Amino acid sequence: MVTLDGNAIGGLLHEVFGADMTDAEATCATCGATGPVAETVVYLRGPGTVVRCRSCSGVLMVISQIRGVNCVDVRGLTTLGPHQGADAAG
Amino acid sequence: MARAAVRGRLTWQVARVSSVTRETDSVCTIGLEVPDWAGHQAGEHLDVRLTAEDGYTAERSYSIATADGEPVAITVERLEDGEVSPYLTGELRAGDQLELRGPIGRWFVWDTSDGGPLLLIAGGSGVVPLRAILRHRQRSGSEVPVRLLYSSRTLADVIYHHELDQYRGDAEVSYTLTRSQPPGWTGYSGRVDAAMLSEIAWPASQHPLAFVCGPTRFVETVAEKLVALGYPASRVKTERFGGT
Repeated sequence: MVTLDGNAIGGLLHEVFGADMTDAEATCATCGATGPVAETVVYLRGPGTVVRCRSCSGVLMVISQIRGVNCVDVRGLTTLGPHQGADAAG
Repeated sequence: MARAAVRGRLTWQVARVSSVTRETDSVCTIGLEVPDWAGHQAGEHLDVRLTAEDGYTAERSYSIATADGEPVAITVERLEDGEVSPYLTGELRAGDQLELRGPIGRWFVWDTSDGGPLLLIAGGSGVVPLRAILRHRQRSGSEVPVRLLYSSRTLADVIYHHELDQYRGDAEVSYTLTRSQPPGWTGYSGRVDAAMLSEIAWPASQHPLAFVCGPTRFVETVAEKLVALGYPASRVKTERFGGT
């Protein structure tokens, strides 16, 4: 299955969080890796959108549309916050 | 950051198609008039939504092909088994309406203040946001050195060929053709590999900034090789596309 990256769900995440999240930083609850949302591994074609950590493949987020409502599971994230500066990302 | 302008909610809106320009046999550029456009930056994309008569919808993301301040346009490659691209490249005409939302994706943006030197590496239609970056660099009078390496199947598949050639002299533009090369071809042949990258990539000591866009496997191969050449992962911005 071809995976994409967090850029591909920029529109969906903007809909969910009310802001452009592609340059937000995410910290994985499984392995602790931190990086921009744009660099996560994204599976678009499942029953819902699955976002995984590029370091350990742990699930970071699952977003499903159920009767027109976005249901968001972020248990795989310890933090999701503003970009800390270009050289801190990655 | 200077460019952190506050934007409103991202809402679907109806744009009018102002032009459809054929780039190659399978690729079109679609000019769009968007009444409430917030303005975009080079490298961003937008989402297009098609709705069938029975209410079924299909959404796809397309990179914006134009620079900051230019009218919105997207460049779309036709995928034979696609749900959206055959309509956009085959049926859509000037005057038609198209539902979209954007701009999206400030991660994959280059602005003049981000500096360089810039290394742009494109696989196929991954050249679209990189073309926007080249146009923005030129329109803003930036003197940041830039190199583009563009991997395409054949010469006929090269998108924006005429425009990219015009940047030569100011920008270093290299092509590699993976499937076939015309007689007398002096560019690169075959897939982007470590040897090609070591010739084209700025030395890591110059603190370059790389943007890589293309199909997932292409992007991952190139990004891995750039990191092996000493590029910090944080200086290699990637955008993957694929599927239908």
